[in-house]
Amino acid sequence: MTTTETTIQTQSEPLSRLNDRQSESLTGWLMASPAILLLLGFLIIPFFFAFIYSFTNQRLISPNPTEFVGLTNFKRLLTVRVLRLEPVTDEASGQPVLNDEGNYTYPRVREYTRNNPDYPQYDGLQEWTYFDIGQTRWMLLAGDAVFMKSLVNTFYFAIFIIPLQGGVGLVLALLINERTRGVNIFRTIYFMPVVVSMVVVSILWSFIYDGQNGLLNNMLEVVTFGHFNPVDWLGNPSTALPAIIVMSAWQGVGFHMIIWLAGLQTISYSLYEAADIDGANTWQKFLYVTWPGLRNTAIFVFVTITMQAFGLFTQIDVMTRGGPLDSTTTVIFQAVQQGFEKQNIAYGSAISVVFFIMVLSVALIQRYLTREKAV
Amino acid sequence: MKNQRRLWLVAALLVTTLIVLAACGGQSTPPPAAPAEEEAPAEAAAPAEESVAEESADDAVTEAPGAEEAAESAVEAEEEQAEDAVASSGDAIPLSMWYHGAGNDEERVVITQIIDDFNASQDQYVVEMQDFPQNSYNESIVAGALAGNLPDIIDMDGPIMPNWAWSGYLAPLDLPEGTLDGYLPGAIGRWDDQVYSVGLWDAAVAMFARRSVLEENDIRIPTLEEPWTKDEFDAALETLQATGEFEYAFDPGMAWTGEWYPYAFSPFLQSFGGDIIDRETYLSAEGVLNGPEAVEFGEWWQSLFERGLAPGTSQDSADRDTGFIDGRYALQWNGNWAAVPALEAYGDDMLFLPAPDFGNGPTIGAASWQFGVSADSEHQEGANDFVVFALQPKYSAAFSDVLGLAPTTVEAAAMTENYAPGGPLEVFYELSKQQALIRPPTPAYLSAALVFEKALADIANGADVVTSLDAAVDEINADIDANNGYGFQ
Repeated sequence: MTTTETTIQTQSEPLSRLNDRQSESLTGWLMASPAILLLLGFLIIPFFFAFIYSFTNQRLISPNPTEFVGLTNFKRLLTVRVLRLEPVTDEASGQPVLNDEGNYTYPRVREYTRNNPDYPQYDGLQEWTYFDIGQTRWMLLAGDAVFMKSLVNTFYFAIFIIPLQGGVGLVLALLINERTRGVNIFRTIYFMPVVVSMVVVSILWSFIYDGQNGLLNNMLEVVTFGHFNPVDWLGNPSTALPAIIVMSAWQGVGFHMIIWLAGLQTISYSLYEAADIDGANTWQKFLYVTWPGLRNTAIFVFVTITMQAFGLFTQIDVMTRGGPLDSTTTVIFQAVQQGFEKQNIAYGSAISVVFFIMVLSVALIQRYLTREKAV
Repeated sequence: MKNQRRLWLVAALLVTTLIVLAACGGQSTPPPAAPAEEEAPAEAAAPAEESVAEESADDAVTEAPGAEEAAESAVEAEEEQAEDAVASSGDAIPLSMWYHGAGNDEERVVITQIIDDFNASQDQYVVEMQDFPQNSYNESIVAGALAGNLPDIIDMDGPIMPNWAWSGYLAPLDLPEGTLDGYLPGAIGRWDDQVYSVGLWDAAVAMFARRSVLEENDIRIPTLEEPWTKDEFDAALETLQATGEFEYAFDPGMAWTGEWYPYAFSPFLQSFGGDIIDRETYLSAEGVLNGPEAVEFGEWWQSLFERGLAPGTSQDSADRDTGFIDGRYALQWNGNWAAVPALEAYGDDMLFLPAPDFGNGPTIGAASWQFGVSADSEHQEGANDFVVFALQPKYSAAFSDVLGLAPTTVEAAAMTENYAPGGPLEVFYELSKQQALIRPPTPAYLSAALVFEKALADIANGADVVTSLDAAVDEINADIDANNGYGFQ
């Protein structure tokens, strides 16, 4: 390279600058090439394959040839229909029939979805959920009810864990940002869960959450002097996902605490001194000095938590395997279940493609919301 | 100053990481071994090793007390063996073999013994084993197959075999006439009228109970000829729960997710008169998994949890392992691999009872791990020779002594500690022989088993029985259709 440079320099000045730039960009590409090759090999090409597979009936292992099946996978994945059910009425009186608990009874959904030629549009659909408005029951049917529940759960998880993990991380960072003795001990303690494997954490926490003699139930019983009735945290559809949210936040909060801490330490101390002179109180200092100074850190923290939240898998796989009653199943868990365990690569790929579009749109929205606003 | 502080922080983190990792290494219990397998109790190891050594007197492995030493010496012996083989016959063909039992030292001793004996018995082939943890074994095989890199000798779980045979991974076995005479049917893997795999043992499931508990509560002790009926079993559970002495009257083992569900619970469904797949055609689950018998089963199954008679899906694996032995569960549905610790805890009081008869005859699952030959192998003959060699009764007996599993023939049973006539686990051999029904031998089973597992978990958690079973049928049928019937037309 040096030789070419010297030869070029003997010619004319502008040309040499151009070639300089060219060789500079070549060096740039060379340096980036390991990363590009890895991204290409492990991200871009596999995604490309997933996209193609999602339009086929590809199996993980099978002697049958692969066939293109068009949008069949996506149809099964994304179909949602509404079925309107009226209460069963007594034929003689025309009054609705009530069950033992005094509620209306409705015809079974299977009468519409299984071999009923009058309702071809509902054929093979599954019950997802329903709403009662007055006497009428609006039943939501889906081609893959479990996937729909996975979508809802994934968003539910993300919406709750982003403020929880980000917020607690910030509070911890503020606490350990003090220059007092022994603060490093606290830093270490808060950071410890991050270095423990998620699988190990999940197993330990499933003992803590045990419905019979778990640590959490025992503690709550002691604190309330025995007035607390043990809750089967992971066995109850209404507490399972919140329990996993709390555990995940506990495990991940140390990492984001460190990020927040790094951000805090970039804020110049003179700004605080100036604020002191202006007579600002602690809250005002946080609001007008600390928080604006953490802007970029905050964006980074929220984007990383969001991405992690959408990829929720390990905890689910170890602790609940999607149960009870699909209350903790997630999109990635379904992709793995379908694509790998049930060997239906095509369907798993379709889930991945939907997941990709979902994450991409969330990322774009976040990017738009956190853009640098022109003043 | 700042740099120093940072350095200190990093050092502190490193140290804590190490401490945490070390602590976790000691404390963390791995998830329970999947049901068709077995964590052999350490105590069972010593006698087992003795019997192995006795039975193969021609071998050089020195008898060592204690499992670890034995394992070490076995490893050393294996290395020596390999060196010997290379030295004596430079042109011996290596045969690769994958095994699912990584982490189980006692099991390794037996399998290493078989390999050493085989290598010493002829000089054409040298078998080299690689072992995998059971939890990721099937994935390893599938990945190996996709990469065109399967071993010559494959070990596999019985019900998965048809899927792999259909996929073309396996070559049918060529067994000398009469090899399988008197064999437990569950240990033979047949697909498409050919034998693709044979096991050295079979697993069996029984109702673990204590004589004293049943007698105190005036509950009849069932026999193979006259098992509990559904009403009798239900009444027994209610009675036991009402005593207040137990957290739960019955522990079906909901903590053991995975293959345990279809292995242990589909026999209940079959005893009600249903099944996972229609065994007439193997093309549909309609009517068998959601017919009136299956719905009746589902409602009974749900009632077990509604009435608080059994711990639900959130049961943790520690409770599963110790609940019966600690006396917190009155009855436990468990496999013969767990029988030895139970016997140690309760001695003569311990009972292994046959499955209840829910109307269509009592049934338990069959088929455990088995050996087969890869279709891609360049030395199928050698691999086949090894499988035939391994099927000797003395090896079946050795595995039985180590793992507590049922040996495959009467001859092998006579050589074992526990299954010999009058032995404490003899009853399992009879259970296997009389009640065992293999899981549906079809490639569709792989996916259907997962669907069945989910349906049973949902029903236990209070989902509508009919809806859950219908959804399961739809998914199984969709999978069969997507695979063009898996070769059944």
